[in-house]
Amino acid sequence: MNKQNLRNYWKTNLKYLAILLSIWFLVSFGCGILFVKQLNTIKLGGFKLGFWFAQQGAIYTFVILILVYIRLMNKLDKKHHLND
Amino acid sequence: MTLQLWTWVLIGITFALYIGIAIWSRANSTKDFYVAGGGISPLANGLATAADWMSAASFISMAGLISFNGYDGSVYLMGWTGGYVLLALLLAPYLRKFGKFTVPDFIGDRYYSNIARTVAVICALIVSFTYVAGQMRGVGLVFSRFLEVDINTGVIIGMIIVLFYAVLGGMKGITYTQVAQYCVLIFAFMVPALFISIQMTGNPIPQLGFGSTGTDGVYLLDKLDGLHKALGFHEYTSGSKSTIDVFFITAALMVGTAGLPHVIVRFFTVKKVSDARKSAGWALLFIAILYTTAPAIAVFSRTNLIETVSNKNYDELPEWFSNWEKTKLIKFTDKNNDGKVQYVANPEINELTVDKDIMVLANPEIAQLPNWVIALVAAGGLAAALSTAAGLLLVISSSVSHDLIKKMINPTISEKGELVAARLSAIVAVVIAGYFGINPPDFVAATVALAFGLAAASFFPAIILGIFHKKMNKEGAIAGMVIGMLTMLFYMLKFKFNWFGGGTKSDWWFGISPEGFGTVAMLLNFTVSIIVAKFTPNPPESVQELVENIRIPSNATKPQVH
Repeated sequence: MNKQNLRNYWKTNLKYLAILLSIWFLVSFGCGILFVKQLNTIKLGGFKLGFWFAQQGAIYTFVILILVYIRLMNKLDKKHHLND
Repeated sequence: MTLQLWTWVLIGITFALYIGIAIWSRANSTKDFYVAGGGISPLANGLATAADWMSAASFISMAGLISFNGYDGSVYLMGWTGGYVLLALLLAPYLRKFGKFTVPDFIGDRYYSNIARTVAVICALIVSFTYVAGQMRGVGLVFSRFLEVDINTGVIIGMIIVLFYAVLGGMKGITYTQVAQYCVLIFAFMVPALFISIQMTGNPIPQLGFGSTGTDGVYLLDKLDGLHKALGFHEYTSGSKSTIDVFFITAALMVGTAGLPHVIVRFFTVKKVSDARKSAGWALLFIAILYTTAPAIAVFSRTNLIETVSNKNYDELPEWFSNWEKTKLIKFTDKNNDGKVQYVANPEINELTVDKDIMVLANPEIAQLPNWVIALVAAGGLAAALSTAAGLLLVISSSVSHDLIKKMINPTISEKGELVAARLSAIVAVVIAGYFGINPPDFVAATVALAFGLAAASFFPAIILGIFHKKMNKEGAIAGMVIGMLTMLFYMLKFKFNWFGGGTKSDWWFGISPEGFGTVAMLLNFTVSIIVAKFTPNPPESVQELVENIRIPSNATKPQVH
């Protein structure tokens, strides 16, 4: 377990976090709140798209984000021989 | 079978189940009591976390809130689920690696200071007590409507059940009862939703149903928007709150969720770091099932309510109306004496007030579903309230017995003595919670927002900085927590309780409501912590090593008995 290995591990982890949290922010605060009016002009079946993101889409994305994170981290742990 | 009989049978069976589990999973050590021995599987922990998290508010009140607020209700949906992304990515794995029993444990050790620990204990106690009072009220509400017993008797029955399994089983007992309670509550929530979705749209999946057309071929949401406009309410699918306020409230609820001690502590109960991540994934999946169904129920029940009562003769209203009138949660005053119900936005003409809390409970009756479904909802509401109450009581008792007594007042206390202390403080906590359930203070509703705001303003930045900012020291963290918390308290007291000169909506800073102010206080906490830490000495080497160590998942030790 050398220092460089740990530093690389942590750096990759932070990169994953930055990407995943950007998506997290985009679907909830972006699509569900800041751009909700613009998106509401688009319709998805009976849903206005902005409304759908705020009450459905954001939540589905959250679940997917955590599942992706679990996969990424399990792989990363293995690669750096840090799996528990 | 009558409704009352069904209710007694279903509540009887579920309560017997909870007690049975409690006896089977008694706690024998402090490790059992605080973290269920640290060997819970990720799936079981996910189920337990979901039940722990989804309270009477999620089960009983949330769909009703959305039903009345439409788009504005999205703050709860996104806020209370988005927090799990933060938990899973930023907190759970590292706190599990740290591997102690409580949140104040982490704050106290990471910031090498008993002052920090004390501040954390105080925050944990305030947050948990305000929360638990609301749960007890939920228990009383269900009992009084469905079993027609006195609200107080209902609260006492609930207290005895929680007392039994929380005191006997500690975290171990709570975990396995919560697994059972999740199953009960999700079944109880979904069954009526499926029935009503089929009834109203022909689509059995409520998440799709509320975006479909009704029996008349019109999209349900378009119809509801139309009804709202006709009666003078704001359009259902667009809100009445300002964008900045929606933004800040959502952020405060997300961050507050991630900072709630009774949720965080659940991640101490699994074996290893990767299990902590997995259980966060399971937990959000199980929570999402309810949270994506709730907005559908909100639309169904709102449409049903308006169509059933608006402009109808009072004498011809269905039976559920008078049932709920008895509980005083629906009130009708015939202002213009025409014998009809005028339900409109204008408060001067409006003749009907409906308590938001009854929408989920009354929904199956409004939709004329069979008695067993209605009884099931009662059992589900109790499961939701009891599971959360138990989780909160555990945080309270471990804060007292572990963080206060073992870590500060009497470090030489024996394992056995600490277990006795933990059980005694659980008993005291139940009694206090029960007292608040029987005499609900007016400020309960106001303080739930305070609980989230406080968690956001205090714990969240301290924990995040503790993990991601190696040079963060005790001076920075304590200053941040204290200033964040005081600012939050000041804003709440000023605008919710009219202290410090009070103020109205127009006086809100930047148009941010007290519910959303937790976000501002959190940002302030971050800023203060970072600035103070820049001008004060670095934390000792050993602490910096501790931070290095919690960042990597390997060699996670089981929680130490210390």
